[in-house]
Amino acid sequence: MTHDLVILGAGPAGASAAITAAELGLRAVVLDEQQNAGGQVWRAPSGVETPGDDGARLRDRLRVSGVTRAFGRRVWLAERGFTVSALGPDGAEDYRAPALIVAAGAHERHVPVPGWTLPGMIGLAAATILLKSQHILPGRRVVVAGVGPLLLLVAAEILRGGGEVAAVIDANRRRDWFATPLALLSRPDLAGRGAGWVTRLLRAGVPILSRHALRRIEGTDGVTRVFAGPIDADGTQIAGPERAFDCDALCMGYGLQSSTEVTRLLGARHAYQARGWAPVTTAEQLTSVRGLYACGDGAGVQGVAAAPLRGQIAAIAAARDMGRLSASEAENRLVVLQARLGRAARFGEAMARLATPPPNLVPSIPAETIVCRCERLSRADLDAAITQGAVTVNDLKSATRCGMGPCGGRMCEYAAAGLIGARTGRTPEQIGQSTARPPLRPVALQALAGSFDYDSLPMIEPAPL
Amino acid sequence: MSAPYDLLVIGGGIMGCAAALRAAEGGMRVVVIEQAAIGSGASGVNTGTLSLQIKRLKLMPYALKGYAWWKAAGEAVGFHCVGGLTLAFNAQEADILSERMLQKRDAGAPIEIISANAVADREPALSRRVVAASWCPADGYANASRTGMYFRHLLAEAGVEAREHTRVDDVVRESDGFVVTTGADTLRARRVLLAAGGWAPALAAKLGYTPPIRVRVNTVSVTERVPRVVDRLIGHVTGLLTLKQKDNGTVVIGGGWQGRGTPDEGRGEVVPERLLINLRLAQFVLPALGTARIVRAWTGFEANVPDFYPLAGVIPGVDNAYILGCVRGGYTIGPYMGRLVGDLILGNEPELPLFDPKRYQTNAGSPVTQEA
Repeated sequence: MTHDLVILGAGPAGASAAITAAELGLRAVVLDEQQNAGGQVWRAPSGVETPGDDGARLRDRLRVSGVTRAFGRRVWLAERGFTVSALGPDGAEDYRAPALIVAAGAHERHVPVPGWTLPGMIGLAAATILLKSQHILPGRRVVVAGVGPLLLLVAAEILRGGGEVAAVIDANRRRDWFATPLALLSRPDLAGRGAGWVTRLLRAGVPILSRHALRRIEGTDGVTRVFAGPIDADGTQIAGPERAFDCDALCMGYGLQSSTEVTRLLGARHAYQARGWAPVTTAEQLTSVRGLYACGDGAGVQGVAAAPLRGQIAAIAAARDMGRLSASEAENRLVVLQARLGRAARFGEAMARLATPPPNLVPSIPAETIVCRCERLSRADLDAAITQGAVTVNDLKSATRCGMGPCGGRMCEYAAAGLIGARTGRTPEQIGQSTARPPLRPVALQALAGSFDYDSLPMIEPAPL
Repeated sequence: MSAPYDLLVIGGGIMGCAAALRAAEGGMRVVVIEQAAIGSGASGVNTGTLSLQIKRLKLMPYALKGYAWWKAAGEAVGFHCVGGLTLAFNAQEADILSERMLQKRDAGAPIEIISANAVADREPALSRRVVAASWCPADGYANASRTGMYFRHLLAEAGVEAREHTRVDDVVRESDGFVVTTGADTLRARRVLLAAGGWAPALAAKLGYTPPIRVRVNTVSVTERVPRVVDRLIGHVTGLLTLKQKDNGTVVIGGGWQGRGTPDEGRGEVVPERLLINLRLAQFVLPALGTARIVRAWTGFEANVPDFYPLAGVIPGVDNAYILGCVRGGYTIGPYMGRLVGDLILGNEPELPLFDPKRYQTNAGSPVTQEA
């Protein structure tokens, strides 16, 4: 199927790019793994839409835009040119277009803690999805731990859903939250919501521990108790009382990082900034690869207010670059969007900074703690390989299989890179990212192979004897 | 500037490292320069197959020696001897199979032809459409991703300096040796060995030599961990499928299906249409694999020359400069080829004949005109 533009991801950025592309007369298709638009943040509810909700509005606009919506698609390969290979309800599909907008979103950053592989531990971001779109509580008595504004949102939502919050454990200080007043003032509406969450938690008597981190998680079949201890501003453990909290679930996360599998696979240049890798883009969201645009949190985490603007900018730039929109018309539109983006991005970046783990959390991981869950590798396993000369994430991957399981490194790569840095003093740029390999997500062999007949397989001449 | 090295090896793959180790054993002061990490190129990203059945007839004596080296390395490289089956699915394939395998048996590989029923007894999950198979109890595999760690350790033990993540910018001949510049340094050496696989042509050009190297872009894929479906190494008579389930439950699928890209671009890409045929063949041979999820597919650059034999010897017209590499099945025989070239560099008579690059210099229009 040939289009003018393929868009990967139908979250706020991708869906907005699609709507803009359609307005500009481009034949566009937007693919998403979910059954509807909205991404993680504006995920469609399992039941009836709430009218007027941001996500509902986006889905309505996308529905009438004329864009081809290809939902329930598992994209497994993207090639320059561009060809996107996906598996859908009817099997394998290829989508071709001269331009590609990647709006892949973000995934959670994890800092391993002893016991974090126990059932009952879920990511903070996963918890928001459970709470918001499924209205399911992670547990009856929940500890919320990690860093950043999402802690408060999740804790407040648990209370609202009738659950109990045993404690909120924040590696940063709540005071840090107001250290960026200019950025907060740029979005007083969102800042106000944050203050509301704090009030609700304090009123419910929830202990909020600042500058604390989990020391260990206990349980046999699942999480039953967690221990937290004090840390300094850098995340180094300091003397002070350990506190224990009984619970049956734990929501833990250390902020979001851009999902860069697609842009890496396509060979775009990436840079490390604000504790995360992201594709390098121009102000118009163009990557280092001609025709490839990246927007939304997948192009550096700037949050939900910035995402739709970045999507629109990418679509306008793509239309202009393929000669479908005059330079002056594009300029008129871009100026307006860029001005609005500046404010939204400043707020989003300030929020992302608050959701940045202090640097010494990873170096403090105890030796026996599992770091790579898929391959069950402990810190000691990784340290041994680092001592033997593994100085990049790729080295560590080949030496130990760290990041080679089904998660593709999404769970462990941040910590693995941090461990290399701690032991070798190398910079994140020197440590690098792992090489992206297809499939972008695991896919069943038979889904790729489809139906075929042995006798018609095109066999090449056998190798010489 | 410090005293020149006796030997400077460019390329820290299996062959370069093995040659460096042999030279060091013979008393030479050796340095290995590797643009990425030791063993991270073709040496580290291939399927790790150690199959005598897929080795070429003329290379069998080398393959047997190379195989013995991997076997001796054992657990450190993840060596497993599980035996291998090569399958034929129609009469024509069966003819090719028996003709070739019997010759390989005569060349020293312990191969026998077995019936379809014998195959089903050994591996009940395999397709029932097998009509004949060959069996080699010695066949097995090692874990290619451990190549680097293992050689890094051997080099350190032997006192060979290894400079990783170091790219060679230039190689210049001088009256009594070579000056090699890297991003960080200028090094002198009495001898150089180019063992840079697909990256060798660009380096050889700096010495005025144009090796007849072409590069294949081989595709490999692997499943997530799945319950045990197959114990032995499985191959297709055409060589277009190799398959094994490792200890950890993952199934590694290869067969030399071609991706795209060049070493100079620094990245190879999977070509989906070809990967799909590889996967179809895998599913046909082992239907139970259908539900296993593929978690990763990748490519590696395999250098070769038109006759698909090694290029191993003195660079024509350039004294004290050597080249080594370029062979189908280099993973198995690499350690031994490296040792032979190490002997050549030491001035010893190699145990088995080398594959002199001069065989490509016979025409008057030889690409190399530089004086010795």
